[in-house]
Amino acid sequence: MIEAGNPAPSFSLARADGSKFTNADLDGQTTVLVFYPFAFSPVCTDQMNLYQEVLEELSERGATLYGVSCDATWSQTAFKEKLGVTIEQLSDFEPKGAVCEAFGVYHPGGFPQRALVIIGPDGVVKWSYQAESPGDLPGANLIFDGLGSV
Amino acid sequence: MAPSDLSSAPVPPVSDDDHVKGPESGTLVIEYADFECPYCAAVSLKLNDRPLRRAFRHFPVRSSHPRAWAAACAAEAAAAQGRFWEMHDLLFGDQARLEDPHLWDRARELGLDLQRFDADRRSDAVIARVKRDFESGIRAGVATTPTLFADGRSYAGNLDAATLDAL
Repeated sequence: MIEAGNPAPSFSLARADGSKFTNADLDGQTTVLVFYPFAFSPVCTDQMNLYQEVLEELSERGATLYGVSCDATWSQTAFKEKLGVTIEQLSDFEPKGAVCEAFGVYHPGGFPQRALVIIGPDGVVKWSYQAESPGDLPGANLIFDGLGSV
Repeated sequence: MAPSDLSSAPVPPVSDDDHVKGPESGTLVIEYADFECPYCAAVSLKLNDRPLRRAFRHFPVRSSHPRAWAAACAAEAAAAQGRFWEMHDLLFGDQARLEDPHLWDRARELGLDLQRFDADRRSDAVIARVKRDFESGIRAGVATTPTLFADGRSYAGNLDAATLDAL
């Protein structure tokens, strides 16, 4: 997967309203991309619920967290609404997995690895982490450890 | 106010204001749990049957369990009147009834001063107490409930009898 010190690759993800989230959206903020395998799956559900609890603390550090998967925007929106979380979802549906490939987190099974990437306001990756298995849920403490590198 | 530090840290040792029960000689198990979590209720029952020394800490996750924070605060308000573990058992005993009137029913059943219970459970001190537990869990890497810490290891999820027997 992409390692700290590398500029974020050129990418374009779909937001729920159909607009694009691209490198330009990284400017001036610290971005936490949470790559997760599947909307509505059990571990991804626990992961979104857990990270929702620390959004305020992330915001206090100037960081914004996004969920990224290969699900369609409609599925991601349904997932977000079902859970009652506010984490913005970004879709890598078409061309499928292109952004996951660019970040080096595309699982051979056709879905994102469970991975975390922190990108600084200068567009450079500051920290990255991939779970040993897509079934492992990284604790929110790891994100705060990673923010120490920004 | 400075933001809370949520970076990695070891699970804090048991202190005087932790909720602890069980024989002194038993293995110490520090339990991070949520009163609306069904696995937590199941594991709690199994722990009750074992000669372990238990310390309970709150780990309520609101979007999974919207009533969990209020239930945690109710347990702390009962603790202020010396009845934490009784409230703990009553909360886990009926997770379908965790709305305010159900919390008041439990407080009445325990003979608590209801006015004080209601003021305490909404107080800044109680909210800070629950938050302190939650944040210590985040820092220790708790990602799901229940998570138990014993002898330097952690155990998460709906733990089976064999795992608990080995503690």
